[in-house]
Amino acid sequence: MSIEIQQLHKCFGAFVALDHVDLTIPPGQLVALLGPSGCGKTTLLRIIAGLETADRGRVLFDGEDATRRHVRERGVGFVFQHYALFQHMTVFENIAFGLRVRPRAVRPPEAAIRAKVSALLDLVQMGWLANRYPSQLSGGQRQRIALARALAVEPQVLLLDEPFGALDTKVRKELRRWLRRLHDELHITSVFVTHDQEEALEVADRIVVMNHGRIEQIGSPQEVYDAPATPFVYQFLGNINLFHSRVHAGWARVGGLRVRVPEYGDTEHAPAMAYVRPHDIDLLREPEDGDTTLTATISRVSLLGSLVRLELIQSPDGEIAEVEMTRERYAADPLQIGDLVFVKPRQVRVFLHDNPKAAIPAYQWSGDGDGI
Amino acid sequence: MTPRFRHPSVLPGFGLTLGFAVGYLSLIVLIPLTMAFLRALDLSWDQFWQAVAAPRVIASYRLTFGAAFLAAAFNTVFGLIVAWVLVRYRFPGQRLVDALVDLPFALPTAVAGITLATLYSSNGWIGQYLKPFGIKIAFTPLGVIVALVFISLPFVVRTVQPVLEDLEAEVEEAAASLGAGRWQIFRRVIFPAVRPALLTGFTLAFARAIGEYGSVIFIAGNLPMVSEITPLLIVGKLEQYDYGGAAAVSVVMLIISFILLLLINLLQRSSQARSSGEVAA
Repeated sequence: MSIEIQQLHKCFGAFVALDHVDLTIPPGQLVALLGPSGCGKTTLLRIIAGLETADRGRVLFDGEDATRRHVRERGVGFVFQHYALFQHMTVFENIAFGLRVRPRAVRPPEAAIRAKVSALLDLVQMGWLANRYPSQLSGGQRQRIALARALAVEPQVLLLDEPFGALDTKVRKELRRWLRRLHDELHITSVFVTHDQEEALEVADRIVVMNHGRIEQIGSPQEVYDAPATPFVYQFLGNINLFHSRVHAGWARVGGLRVRVPEYGDTEHAPAMAYVRPHDIDLLREPEDGDTTLTATISRVSLLGSLVRLELIQSPDGEIAEVEMTRERYAADPLQIGDLVFVKPRQVRVFLHDNPKAAIPAYQWSGDGDGI
Repeated sequence: MTPRFRHPSVLPGFGLTLGFAVGYLSLIVLIPLTMAFLRALDLSWDQFWQAVAAPRVIASYRLTFGAAFLAAAFNTVFGLIVAWVLVRYRFPGQRLVDALVDLPFALPTAVAGITLATLYSSNGWIGQYLKPFGIKIAFTPLGVIVALVFISLPFVVRTVQPVLEDLEAEVEEAAASLGAGRWQIFRRVIFPAVRPALLTGFTLAFARAIGEYGSVIFIAGNLPMVSEITPLLIVGKLEQYDYGGAAAVSVVMLIISFILLLLINLLQRSSQARSSGEVAA
C-alpha cells in the first residue's frame, strides 16, 4: 500500500511539530524518518498511524483519504520503542490479541489462531518462548514479539517508532539486519523512525531527513550521504569538517585553498561554509602547485580499529580538523604528532550562509510529490 | 539468629529491623489481641457459646460482614471510576476533587454518621425523594451500607490511582492499533493490570468497614436482629459489665476477619503472579 502525506501541519501549543509536510511513500518500501529529537518524525509517524490527529493536511492510503479513519480501522501495525507488550499475557496471547479482539463474524477459529501465532513465532524465531511472559524476556526478544504481534493482524502498513532505541548496540545491530531480511520477505510498506544515521543508512530503501518539522531531503542512503542537499543533512549524516570560506565569482577560498564553484558564478564576496568529510582528505608531505592545499600540524593520532583518526590544527587560524584513513594507508606513511602536513580535500561542498538550500542545484530535494 | 532466617544480602541491619518489627507489632497488635483471647477464656464453653451464638449476635455478624462486603464491592466499582477520572482527564477543580476523596479519612466518623442520617432520613434532603419509591435508607441495613461506602471509598481510590498512573498509554494505543475497541481494551488490557491493586483496595475497604462503629450507629437505627452491628453489640455488653461476653464476641469477629483477609491475600497473590507473569518462571 502506498502512503501519501499532503500538507500535513501539527502544532503542540506554540511548538510547530510538523510544518506543512508533503511525502509520498511507494508501496513495498522500507523508509526511514531520520532526524534529531524534536524534529517531528515521531509525530509524523503517529499521524500516519492515526494515534495523533493533524491540525491540517491529509493522509492517503492507496489514494484513499484516511485522515479521519480511526486507528482501529487503518490496518496499520505499530511497534513502539518500549515494546508496549501486555504484561499479564503470555507471548502467545500477546501475538494472538489482534485476532481475538475481532468481531465474532470475522474472528478466525481457535485452531486457525493457534496456527497463525505459531507461524509468526517461527518467523521471529521465538517458538520456544510461547508460554513465557514479557517480563521474562530480554529487550531484543520483547521487540521481536511486539513485531510479531503487529504482523498478526496482517497490516497493510508497518510503522515502527524507534524500534531499536532501547536496546544495546550489539542487539540493535542484529535486529536491524533481521528487520531488513524480514522486510525483504514480506514487502509490507514500512516506515521507521530513528535518530541513528547508521541505522537509517543500513536498513532503509529511502531516507527522509527531517529537521524542525520540515523535510530536508529525501533520497536513497547513498544519495543523502554523498550528496546532502543542505548543511543540516551534511552535518547530521556522518562526521564533517567545517571551514569558513568566502565565495566570489565562481571560486570559493578556504584559507590558502581555492575551490571552483561554478554554480556561484554570479555571487560576489559572500560568506560561506565549506564542508569536507574526514575520509575525503589526503595528507601530503610536500605542497602542491597552485592553491590546492591548506597547511596544518598533526596534533593527535588515534587508532580506531580498522581506521586511524588524525587531528590537525590548521596553520593560520588554529582551527581543528579531523582526517580518517585506513590503517594500511597510514602504515605507508605514518605521520607523527607535530608533523607539518598539506591538507588536500578530495571533495568539498560549499554552502552560502544566507541561502543554503540553493547551494548545489543538482542535489535539491525531490520532495515535490513526483513519487520520489 | 539461625542461618535459616538469614537471606544472603549486602543490606545490613536485618537482625535489628526484624527484631524491631516483631517487637513493635507485638506491642501494638499482638498483645492487645491476646488480651481479648485471654478474657474470653475466663468463660466456660457454655457461656462462650451462649455469648457468641445467640440469634441476635448471629444476625449482627451477618449484617456486619454482609454490609462491609457489599460496601467494599460497591466501592471497588465506583472507586475505580473515580480513580480513572482523576488519572486520565484534566479538568478545572481537579485538585479539589482529588482532595475531597481523602475527606472520609479525616472526618470524625460520628460527624459522618450524623450527617448521613440527616440526609437520608425520610424527610432529609435525599431521603425525601427516595421515600415515594418505598426506599428507606436511614435506620435500615441499607443505611449501614451507605455509611460504610462513605468511610471506605478512599481506600480503593488511593490504591488504584498510582497503578493507573503507571499504566502506559502506549499499551492502550497498541491494543487500539490491533483493532480492539474501548470496552475490549478495558476488559483485556486495563482491568488485568489494575486487578491486584483493586483487590488490595477492596481488602482495605472491607477490613475498615468491618471494624467501623462511629458512623454506623447514627444511621443504622440499631434495631436488634435488623440493623444492629457487631461492634455495637460488643459496646453494649461492655456497658452491662459483661466483659467476658464482649471478649467472646470480639474473638469470633477477629477470627472471621482474619480468615477472610487471609483468603483475600491468597487470592491477591495468585492474581499478582498472573499479572506480572511470574507464575511460569
